[in-house]
Amino acid sequence: MTVNLIPRRPLWAIRGSLDRRIHWLIACCGLLLVLLAWWLASTGGAVDPVFLPTPPLVLNSAWEWLHDGDLLGDIAISVYRVVAGFLLSAVLALPLGVLVGTYAPVKALFEPLTDFIRYMPAAAFIPLVMLWVGIDEGAKIAIIFIGTFFQMLLMIAEDVRRVPMEQIEAAQTMGADRDEIVMRVIMPSAKPAILDTLRVTMGWAWTYLVVAELVAANSGLGFAVLKAQRFLQTDKIFAGIILIGLFGLATDQCFRWAHRRSFPWLYRR
Amino acid sequence: MTSPIIQIRQLQKRFAANGADIVALQDADLDIAPGEFVTLVGASGCGKSTLLRIVGGLEPASGGSVSVDGVPIAGPGIDRAMVFQHYSLYPWLTVTENITFCRQLKVHRDVSTLSDVESAEGRADALVRLMGLSHVADAYPNQLSGGMQQRVAIARALMARPRILLMDEPFGALDAQTREVMHDLILHVSILEKTTVLFVTHDVEEAIYLAHRVVLMAPRPGHIAAVHTVPLQDHRDQDMKQTPGFIALKKQILAGIRETSGMQTNYELLERLGQNPAP
Ligand SMILES: Nc1ncnc2c1ncn2[C@@H]1O[C@H](COP(=O)(O)OP(=O)(O)O)[C@@H](O)[C@H]1O
Ligand SMILES: [Mg+2]
Repeated sequence: MTVNLIPRRPLWAIRGSLDRRIHWLIACCGLLLVLLAWWLASTGGAVDPVFLPTPPLVLNSAWEWLHDGDLLGDIAISVYRVVAGFLLSAVLALPLGVLVGTYAPVKALFEPLTDFIRYMPAAAFIPLVMLWVGIDEGAKIAIIFIGTFFQMLLMIAEDVRRVPMEQIEAAQTMGADRDEIVMRVIMPSAKPAILDTLRVTMGWAWTYLVVAELVAANSGLGFAVLKAQRFLQTDKIFAGIILIGLFGLATDQCFRWAHRRSFPWLYRR
Repeated sequence: MTSPIIQIRQLQKRFAANGADIVALQDADLDIAPGEFVTLVGASGCGKSTLLRIVGGLEPASGGSVSVDGVPIAGPGIDRAMVFQHYSLYPWLTVTENITFCRQLKVHRDVSTLSDVESAEGRADALVRLMGLSHVADAYPNQLSGGMQQRVAIARALMARPRILLMDEPFGALDAQTREVMHDLILHVSILEKTTVLFVTHDVEEAIYLAHRVVLMAPRPGHIAAVHTVPLQDHRDQDMKQTPGFIALKKQILAGIRETSGMQTNYELLERLGQNPAP
C-alpha cells in the first residue's frame, strides 16, 4: 500500500495554487468541453453547417487549404506582417517609453497625445493609410503598428515608472550619474515587466491581422478568412480563425519561455 | 569636541502639496562629530526622513545649509551612503554583484589602478564575511530573508568606504530577534570602519542602544526638540538595556514623543464608555 505523504493542496483556497498535473487536467477539460459542445451542436442536425460547420469539416478545409491552396504561403506572409508591425512598434516604443517613464518633460510631451490617439480605432485609419502609405506590404504593417504602438508606449512607460525609487536613490548615493541610472538600474529593473508588455502587445498584433489584411491584400490568414466570408465558406473561416489563435498562443508561449530563461532570479526561491 | 564632520545650520524644508504649504523642517541645528553614532527619533511626520534625505543630497533644502567637512553639500556624493528600509537591492544581481555594484560606476572606475581593483576585491570579500553572507554570496536577493537582505544593503553601502552612513529605519521591517543581531552588527561595523552614522528609527530602545546621542524631533512644524547624550560606554551589550540609566532615558524620551505627537488619549471618554457599555 502506498501512502501519500504530501498533503493535497485544497482546490478552492482563495488565491490558491494547483499541482501542475491538476492544473493541466482542468485546462484540457476546458478545451475539450468547448470542442464537445461544438461537436454536439454541429452534428445534431439542428444547425445548418453553413452557420456552424462540424469539426471534421473544418479540419478537412484546413487540409484542402494546405494541399490545393497556399496555406504555408498565407502563414508565412501573415507571420511576416505581424512580426514586422510588432517589431517596428517595439523599436520605437522601447526607447520612447523609457524616456516617458523617466523624464517629466518627455512625459508631458507624449503621454496626453498618446492617451488620445490610442482610443482611435485602428480600422478607421485604413483609408488614410492607403492614401499615405499605399496598398502594398507597408500598409498592412502600418495598420498593425497603429494598433499596437500607442498602447505599447504607455505600458512600457508605466513599467519604467514602477521601478522602486529606492533602487534609483541607492545608485545616486553610490555616485551613479543619470545615464548610469538609466542603463544600470532602470533598464535592468524594468526589463522583466517590459518583456511581459511585449508579450501582451504581441497578442494584440495578431488580433489586428484581419483588420490589416482588409487593405488590398491577396494573401495571408486574415485575407483568407475575409475571402471565405465572401463565399460563405464557414468551415474555412473557422480554420483561419483557429490558426490565428494557435499562432498567437505559440508566440505567447515563446515569450514566456524567454522570460524564464532571461530572468532566472524571478523564478528562484 | 573635534571639529564636526556634519554641520546642519538653520535647516528648513517646505513641501508644496495640493496647494498647501507643509513645513517639514524648521530651523534645525545640529553638529555631528566624526565617528559619532547619532539616532533620530520622533513621532511620525516630524521630518526625520526629510532631514536624512537632505543630508544625503536626495532632497534640496529650502533654507539653511548642510556642510560636510565645512563644504556645503550639493546633491548626493560617494562620501555619504544611504541604507533604505527596503526595495533598494537589485534583484537581478547576486549578493556579491550587489555589493560590488559601485565598482561598475564611472566615479570609481576612472581612478582604478591594478592595486585598486585588487583591494576592492579584497574589500568585497571582507564585507561578505563580516556581514555573514559567505554562504549566500551567489544567491539572489529574493532568495534571502529580510534580515539577510539588509545585511547586503549595508555591505553595499559600505563598499565605497563612505565617511557617513545614512540609515532610514533600516531594521523597521525586521522581527525583534533579528533586529538585536543587526544592532550589534552595525555597532561593530561602525566602530571598525570609523563611520559616522545618522540613523532614523521610531524605536526608542533601538535609538538609545545604538547611539552616542539621540536627537528627539517633534512635528508641526518639524523641528529638533531635544538632544540626549546616552550615558553608556562605547562598547554596548544587550544587558545595558536593563540598567537604570538606560531605562530612565527611555522613559524621558518616550514622554517627550508622547507630549509632542498630539495624539493624546481621552481617558475620560474611555472611562465613560467603559461604564455605559453600548446597548
Ligand atoms: N515629497 C513630499 N511631498 C510633500 N510632503 C512631504 C514629502 N515628503 C515628506 N512630506 C511631508 O513632510 C513631513 C515630514 O515627513 P517625513 O520626513 O517623511 O517624516 P518622518 O520620516 O519623521 O515620518 C510630513 O508631514 C510629510 O507629509
Ligand atoms: Mg520616515
